[in-house]
Amino acid sequence: MADEAPFQFLHNEVLQYIYKSAENGETDNGRNIAKLENMGFRVGQGLMERLTKDTARFKDELDIMKFVCKDFWTCVFKKQIDNLRTNHQGIYVLQDNKFRLLSQLSAGKQYLEQAPKYLAFTCGLVRGALSNLGVKSIVTAEVSVMPACVSDHKMIRKIFS
Amino acid sequence: MSRQSNRTTDSKKMNSELFTLTYGALVTQLCKDYENDEEVNKQLDKMGYNIGVRLIEDFLARSSIGRCQDFRETADVIAKVAFKMYLGITPSVTNWSPAGDEFSLILENNPLVDFVELPDNHSTLVYSSLLCGVLRGALEMVQMAVDVRFAQDTLRGDSVTEIRMKFIKRIEENLPAGDE
Repeated sequence: MADEAPFQFLHNEVLQYIYKSAENGETDNGRNIAKLENMGFRVGQGLMERLTKDTARFKDELDIMKFVCKDFWTCVFKKQIDNLRTNHQGIYVLQDNKFRLLSQLSAGKQYLEQAPKYLAFTCGLVRGALSNLGVKSIVTAEVSVMPACVSDHKMIRKIFS
Repeated sequence: MSRQSNRTTDSKKMNSELFTLTYGALVTQLCKDYENDEEVNKQLDKMGYNIGVRLIEDFLARSSIGRCQDFRETADVIAKVAFKMYLGITPSVTNWSPAGDEFSLILENNPLVDFVELPDNHSTLVYSSLLCGVLRGALEMVQMAVDVRFAQDTLRGDSVTEIRMKFIKRIEENLPAGDE
């Protein structure tokens, strides 16, 4: 959709900027990821605040996670999370089979190493969103790319609350 | 589902808020990285340029606008199609110069500056510089060299946001050497 395009272009530009302005390519990778994650955090907080302005209080943690999977994800990526799993002990795994921000990269293993860069902002987004609802969390993401013939990218997030 | 219909208008708005908030985070980061506002303005313009040169392809693919006959048509397409498509607003096109090579886009409200206030120590920051770069980059890809700047900015106390666009020259397409 056209109105997604500005954010995707901006996100890519932000990525380029953060990585270009680093002095040392290799060693600062962690710092760059952290910068991106922190930017995402602030945005996630603000977004969640706007989104839940008129929403009723959440019943429990699972309710919050369902909101993130459905409403929050739809607002940000125009689709819902495909799969939510939990161990009922504070770990939740959200799976998106067609993660928008990775759709520009070609399928296959070639760009797998680059994928974390594209996920950092979104991890921060989720962490910020949750923090606005009073949930402290650690958000990590993984990509395992399907065989080249399929264009889907699986993305799994683990959230520890 | 009746609940869905509420959500679609909300989600459209939310998407532009995602963009707005991300842009805000970017400007904040740039202000931290650079000492003075001029540098930040330049960076934003450069980033906008990079976005613009890619955005134009996206735009041409989505709309089926053909080549514009003149600068006036270009202005209309920018205001009524492009801005509407990407930012959901339709600026008005006014203040044409007598030679027809310069005009203003008046934005009643600028989505980039929702929730934004400029602190006193950043009075020379042109917050929405990205837009200038985007317009410049996009038009360069369709063979137009333009100069884009902000004439008025609501963040600095003006009542509207005014972007002034000036046509400089047509960029000739260079044929590869040796082609006949």
